[in-house]
Order: sequence, then C-alpha cells, then structure tokens
Amino acid sequence: MNFSEVFKQSNQLCKVSPDGKYLATCVQYRLVVRDVSTLQILQLYTCLDQISHMDWSSDSLFILCAMYKRGLVQVWSLEQPDWHCKIDEGSIGLVSSRWSPDGRHILNTTEFHLRVTVWSLCTKAVSYIKYPKACSKGIDFSRDGCYMALAERRDCKDYVSVFVCDDWHLLRHFETETQDLAGLEWSPNGCVLAVWDSCLEYKVLLYSLDGRLLSTYSAYEWSLGVKSVTWSPSSQFLAIGSYDEKVRILNHITWKKITQFEHPSTINNTKAVSVCKRSSICLITYCQFLLLPAPDEICPLPVQIPVVKPDPDRANPKIGISSLAFSADGRYLATKNDNMASVAWVWDMQKMNLVAVLEHTSAVKCFQWDPKHPRLALCTGNAKLYLWSPAGCVSVQVPAEGGFQVQSLSWHCTGDSLILLGKEQLCLCYMETEQEDK
Amino acid sequence: MGEWWTTVPIESSLGNFDISSISHATMSPSKQNNLLSMYSSLSLSKSSYSVISAFCTEDNIPQCISYINQELASLGLSSTCIEASSPGAAGLNPVPALNATYELLQIHRRTMCSLEELEREQLKKSSTLEHVQMNNSRLKDQLELSIREKSGLHEMERQLQLKIKTLQSCLKTEKDEVQKLQNIIASRASQYSHDAKRKERETAKLKERLSQLLVDRKDKKLAIDVLNCLGRSDGKRSHWKTAKAAASHEGEMYKSLLSDYEASQRSLMLENAELKKVLQQMKKEMIHVLSPRQPSIRGATADDSQEQADSDLEDRAGDSSRGSLDKSCEHAREQLTNSIRQQWRKLRNHMERLDSQASQVQNQLESNKDVISRETHEDEMERMRREVQQCKEFIDAQQQLLQQLNTSFDDETAALLNDCYTLEEKERLKEEWRLFEEQKRNFERERTNFTEAAIRLGREKKAFEEDRASWLKNQFLNMTPFTDRRRCSSSDGQSALSIRSEPEMRMSSSKVQLPKSSTYTSFSTPKPAPSATVPSTTELYRTLRLIPDPSSTRHSSHGRWHESSTIEDGESQVKAKSRLRCGDLSIFSLGEDENSLT
Repeated sequence: MNFSEVFKQSNQLCKVSPDGKYLATCVQYRLVVRDVSTLQILQLYTCLDQISHMDWSSDSLFILCAMYKRGLVQVWSLEQPDWHCKIDEGSIGLVSSRWSPDGRHILNTTEFHLRVTVWSLCTKAVSYIKYPKACSKGIDFSRDGCYMALAERRDCKDYVSVFVCDDWHLLRHFETETQDLAGLEWSPNGCVLAVWDSCLEYKVLLYSLDGRLLSTYSAYEWSLGVKSVTWSPSSQFLAIGSYDEKVRILNHITWKKITQFEHPSTINNTKAVSVCKRSSICLITYCQFLLLPAPDEICPLPVQIPVVKPDPDRANPKIGISSLAFSADGRYLATKNDNMASVAWVWDMQKMNLVAVLEHTSAVKCFQWDPKHPRLALCTGNAKLYLWSPAGCVSVQVPAEGGFQVQSLSWHCTGDSLILLGKEQLCLCYMETEQEDK
Repeated sequence: MGEWWTTVPIESSLGNFDISSISHATMSPSKQNNLLSMYSSLSLSKSSYSVISAFCTEDNIPQCISYINQELASLGLSSTCIEASSPGAAGLNPVPALNATYELLQIHRRTMCSLEELEREQLKKSSTLEHVQMNNSRLKDQLELSIREKSGLHEMERQLQLKIKTLQSCLKTEKDEVQKLQNIIASRASQYSHDAKRKERETAKLKERLSQLLVDRKDKKLAIDVLNCLGRSDGKRSHWKTAKAAASHEGEMYKSLLSDYEASQRSLMLENAELKKVLQQMKKEMIHVLSPRQPSIRGATADDSQEQADSDLEDRAGDSSRGSLDKSCEHAREQLTNSIRQQWRKLRNHMERLDSQASQVQNQLESNKDVISRETHEDEMERMRREVQQCKEFIDAQQQLLQQLNTSFDDETAALLNDCYTLEEKERLKEEWRLFEEQKRNFERERTNFTEAAIRLGREKKAFEEDRASWLKNQFLNMTPFTDRRRCSSSDGQSALSIRSEPEMRMSSSKVQLPKSSTYTSFSTPKPAPSATVPSTTELYRTLRLIPDPSSTRHSSHGRWHESSTIEDGESQVKAKSRLRCGDLSIFSLGEDENSLT
C-alpha cells in the first residue's frame, strides 16, 4: 500500500473522471486537473468565484463548476482548454447543478425549488421544469441514462414525472400515494422506480417505468419510518434502512420482505461474526491487503456496542440506519446505525446474516465499497484508513505530515487506488495488486 | 406406692377437660377399689385400735364372735367359724380364729397383689394416656400452626387480589390515557397536516408570484454564454419534438420494459426448470428412500437378494416417476404436485416416526445421563449388594482365619490378639467407669443434701412438737373436766390436728414438691423453701414418698388441680431433662434416695 504526496483542495471537491484517467480538484476558485497515474497537472482553470460544486460529465470531457452564491455555472473542456461556457441563473438563484447523463445538458435547480432549468450545451436552448419538489433526492437518472425521474409537488400532492433524457420529452406523469415524498431511486436495470415517503410514515412504493404501481411496502405505522433506501447492483434486492434500527430487504418478484437485519447493541451468539475493534495502535503495512490476516483485535463474543441515546425532543434524531451500501458484486451490505455511530456493520447477502461488526474509536464518517472487489474502505475523521475484506481487516496510518485527517474517501473506478480527502488536503492511496508485484 | 398415688390425679388432670373426665371414669373402679381397701384397712386398724375400748369387751365376746362370723360369712369364709373356747367363757377357740385370721390375711395379700397389678396397669395406661395426650397436644399445635399458616395465606391472597385490582385499575387508567393520547395525536396530526397544506398552498402561490415577477422583469443576467455549441455526445443531430418522436419514446420505453420482463421471465423459466429438476430429483430420492424402508419396517432383514429386488423396484418406480413428471410438464401439473405431496407426506410420517424413535432414544440417553435410570440404579444396587456380600464373606474368612490363628498359634500371639481386643474393651470400660464415677459423685452430693434436709426437717418437727405440746397444754388448761381425756388425746386430737393442717399440708406439699421436682432433674437438692408452717413427720415422709399418703387420695378431688399442675411441671421437666440425659439416671437416683433413707 502506497500513499501519494498531499495536495491541497477546498470544500472536499475532488473527483476522478468517469474514465478514470483524470483527477479534478478545486482549490478556492481554481480547478486543477491532473493525470491520475502521474499526478502531474494537465490543466488549470480559473473560475469566477469560490467553487461550491464540481462534477465531471459522463464522457469525461467536460467539468462543471458551480458557484451557488453567485448563481453561476462554468463549464470547462478538457480537450479544448480555450472553450468555455458560463451559465448565469441570475437573481432567481441556484441551489443545485448537475449534468444530464448525456453530458450535453446541465440541470440547475433554482432557489426555493421554483423550477429546474435545463440548459443545452448543444443548442443553447433552455427549458424549464416547474414545481420540482424540495426533497433530499428529488431527481434520479436511470443507470443507462435514458430516463430521469423527478419528484414534483402540486396542489399538496406528490407527482413523479419521467422524462426521456434524450429530448426531455415528458414520458409519464403520475401521482404517487405518498403523504410527503422524500426520495426516489431507479433500480439499476432502470425498470422499477422506488419512491419512499418522508420519515413520518413508513411507506415505500414501487412503480414500473410506465407509471404503474407495482407494490407498496410498509413495515409499521406511527413511528418514524424510512431513513435510507438502496438497490442492490443486480436490482434483486431493495434494502430499506429505517429509524427502528433495522434494515429490511425486499425481493424483486413479490416485493415482500425477505429478511431484516437488526442492529443489536449486544452481539452474542451469532456464529460467523467477527467483531473487529480498532485499537489505537496502528499498523503500517506494505503488504498484500487482500491476503492479510486481521491484525486488528478480534473481540471475543459477546460484545457490547456503545450506544448513544438520541434526544427525543430534537428533530431528526440520531438513530436508525442512515447509510446503506452494497458491494459491487452484491454479496455484502454495509450499514451504519446512527446511534452506534462508531460501528459499521457488514452483512452477507447470500447467507443473510451478519458477517462483521467493525467498531472504531470514533464515529464512522464515510464508507465506500471497492467498485471491483468486495472490500470496504472506511474513515472516521482521524489519520487512519480502515479497510475490511472477507479475509480480514486492517487499519493504516496515512503517512502525511501536518495531521492529515481523513474526512471522506472515494475509490478509483478500477479499485486500484483510493482518494482520501482531508479538511484542506487530499492524497491518493494505491492498493498494490498481485499483478503489479509479479 | 405413694408415687403412684400422686400420679393418678396428675394424669387425670393432664390436658383438657373431657380427657381428664374420661381418665377419671376409667380410673374410677380402681380408685373405688383402693378406697374400699383403704377404708377396710382403716376400719380394720381402727377396730384393732378400738377393740380394746369399744368393739370387744369382756362382756360382749359372743356378740363380737357372732358379728365377726357374720362378717366372715359375708366375705365368703363361711367354712371357718370362730367359736368361743367355751361357751360363756371369755376366750377364743384359737384354731378357727387363727384360720380366720389367716384367711383374712390371705385375702388381704391377694387384694394387695391385685391392687398392685391394677396400679401397674393403671400406670401403664396413664403413660399411654400421657403419650396420647402429648400426641394430641402436638397435633393440636400442628393444627393451630396450619390454621395460622392458612390464615396467613388467605391474607396474602387477599393482598394479592387487592394488588391485582389496583393494577387493573391502573391498567384501565393507562389505557384511557393511551386512548386520550392517541386522540390527541390524531387531532394534532390532522391539524398539522391541515396547516402544512395551507402553508404549502401559500408557498406555492408565492413561488408562482416570484417566478412571474422574475419572468416579468426579463432578467437580463439569465443567460448562457457558450463559446461554440457542442455536438451531441452520440454524434447525432438533435431533432424536433414531434408526435412521432413521442411515439418512438413510448415504443422505446415499452421495448425496454418488455426486454426487462423477458429477461425476468427467462430467469424465472430458468429457475423454474431448476426447481423442477430439484423436484424430480427429490421425488426420485424420496422413492429411493421410501421403497427400501418398507421391507425393513415390516421387519424383514435386508439380505442381498432383497436388496436386488429393492433396487429393481426402485428403478421401476423411478421410471414411472419420470414418466409421470414428463406427462406433468405437458398436462397434469396437479398430478405431479399431488404425487409429490403424497410422497412428501409419507416421508414426513416416516421422518416423524424416526424422529420420535430418536427422541425416545435421546430421552433414554438423557435420562441415563441426568437421572440414574431404574435399570442402572438396580444394577448399581445389585453390584453394591454383591460387594457387600463379598465384603461380608471376606470378613468372615478373616474372622475364621483369626480364630484359627488364635487356636493354632502359640499363646503369645493369642495373648497379643487378646490384648488387641481387650485394649479396646478397656478403653470403653474406663469411659464407663468415669461416667459411673461422675454419677456416684452426683448421688453423693444429693445424699448429703437430702440428709441435711432431713435433719432440718427433724429439727423443725421437734419445734413443732414443742409447739403442739404447748398448745395442747394451753388447750388442756383451758378445757374443763377430764371426760374423754383419752379420746381427746389420741384419736380426736389427731383428727382435729389433721383437719386443721389439711390446707397447710396441701400448701406445704406443693411447696416441697416443687423443689423436689427440681432435685429430680438437676441432681442437686436445694434447700427446701422455708415454709411458714411446720410440717409433720408424716408429711415429711409423704413428701419423701416413703409412705403412701392416705390424705392425698382424699383431697385429690379438690386439691388435684393445684398439685398436678406443679407436678406436671416437674414431670415435664423430667421428661425434657431425661431426653437430654439418660433416663435411668434419675430413676437410679430415686432408688438410692430411698435406699439411703430406709
């Protein structure tokens, strides 16, 4: 395992291009594009203001830089450094900006969610979509980039509009049976749209592409409901994390619950569970991660997990499953329960049981699965990178001066390297593979 | 004897009332008998006393003789007849008189014997009675205890019921509370949703207005500034929005949906086929499992030929199943599922049977493990018995050997062995000797105490005599002429004295008996409580139980309760004590007391 030198970045804006060749980072109002392999600066762009959002187009040719305060979006071309594009939303404001899947359109959401403006880079045409719903996940593009689902709110009712991304043709528009729609997500095969209600009501609705309601699922009433929803990569499972500290897995045929994963505070008789307690002692390893045995402490069962009791008087209580992530092969599911913030749970989706409980000294900030291998990278806001694989787990000290604290991380699309983001810095972590050794 | 006399009323007054009355009833004949005999003896003695003065005088010898003859005849001694030695002469024919006396003595002895026997019997009965009463009292205690327990349980139950009631009321109030809260929540929720809707409408209106305003203002800034337009990512030119395009989009959508459904159908088909395969295999295996079982269940042993036949049968069954399955694929799915179900049922029954058998075996094993089963227990017992037998045999053999050794070996070894035996014996004897010595010391101490008490009593008696003498003198001096001097001095005076001293006697007897009972138990006679009245010799003797107390029977009817209570205490103490020490010690001490005094 190797680490690159440390680079500056701001706002944790740092992304690898979808083709995996370039690394774009924002430093204040500058955008720096590097070659991932050599880390040499390829291009340097200067924006009009401090960049608050940055994104690659799907074809890795353009980079979008949004300056929400100014209501501005600037687009840069990697091939033609001279080419530039500036979109000004004007006094209506800007809260969110994103690429359309084709990489030729930009969707800006204005302040107060007045409308979504679709700018075409091909024709300079602009189109408006009115009444977008102000919710956590109101827009979702299908994986193949054909369709866009947009949550809308009209006359105190929730609607979903399905657009064809090709020409922004409104394909379907239907009302959903939700009180207050909180989010929607396409299944990876693009045929089923999962829609869930706000946390006041446990309700998950499944719509077909043509707007038919396939199924409704509700686990319980009255109590706070859905907190997070994720599809498995095969579209076979829908994992729903809720405020009752459970993950429920629905199948794709009957849309009924297959199983539920509870997150108990005491782990005792579960057979194949390894609980890894990340001690403060750090191990620097330059050897094969995948072949490593677990150097971390494996606790004898039963294990008591520290639980923080949420304040019942405050809104959005810190309890329940806030993050869910399937591994790339869909074999494992990683979860995080908010009132056990220092613990990450790994579940086996074949055996439908708990595989590992990764307990850390501080709260887990972020975790992400390797896009190629079944291995999980975690960070807890300290100078260490934690990795888990079925073979074991390891913690690695980031060998950077000046107290590099890993706040966030993201995998390179090949799974060979990992981008670690500190508060003002970033560094790359290279996983050495066997092929490289040979 | 005096002892028994005192115990009679004790027994009768023990326990509760009716029992005492019963005992009284049962005892009455003997008492009567005793009384009779006593009376007779008394009268006899009286008569013997007064024969000199009253009964027979020189003048009335024949009358006396006739009277005595009459009496004798009434006693059934008609054969002997006292005659005067010579009619008219004042003398008796000695032979019949002596015979009559002898007869009378015989009768007297016999009655005494029977009396003794009766008394013994009575003692026995009284002891059984006592035992029964004890039992009774114990049972009564138990009953009382259980009644108390029952009442306690009742109380507890009542309390629990009360608790339940309060809890139920609590539950009810809680339920009401919950209902109320739910209502509140519902009302608040509806209010909230209503408000939210109102706010949302307002917001929507505002948004509308805002966008209108923004559009109206013709925001100049709202613009896109692109150096040169880009080509589409797919390289095609953009096309107009037409109905055709819309239709094509629809088509695309349905196409993708269709493909998805096709894919899912394909996967389902695959799965179905897979499941069918599994089903088929399952069926085959079930047949395989079931068919060879049947003979074994029937109890036939599986030899080679049998197995051959079985395999044939199985093959046939498999073929048939395959055929049926193939058919089922085309036509009769029902049939297949039914057959599978049947097979499954069979299998399940079989499994259940096996399971129950297994569980039985398991249970047996477990029972073997946990509680020693009867068999093993008996086995163990048998083994132990055998062992004991062996040991006994071994010991017998050893003893025989020892005897042989004793006889056959020289005297020295025999002596040694004897020594070995006697040493133990000696030890035991020594221990006993020590005990005996201790007892002896106790008795000695007691005897000294007793003699001291006797001396004191003698002294007191002397004083009393002196007192009496002075009193008599006074009486004498106060009295007028010397008529009935003799009677007054002998019989009347005595009777008057006895009458006068009766309550005192009762008092004193009880007072003396109380400490005596303690001597009984503690082997040390404390000084008798200094009584205000001076007891007489007879009283002393009575208290020492050396002579029977004639008065005790007389005043037993009224003084019984008092006496018995004290003596009962004493007895119970004796009982309690004798339970601690050995019982024969106390008896022994009594005997020695008697010995020492008589």
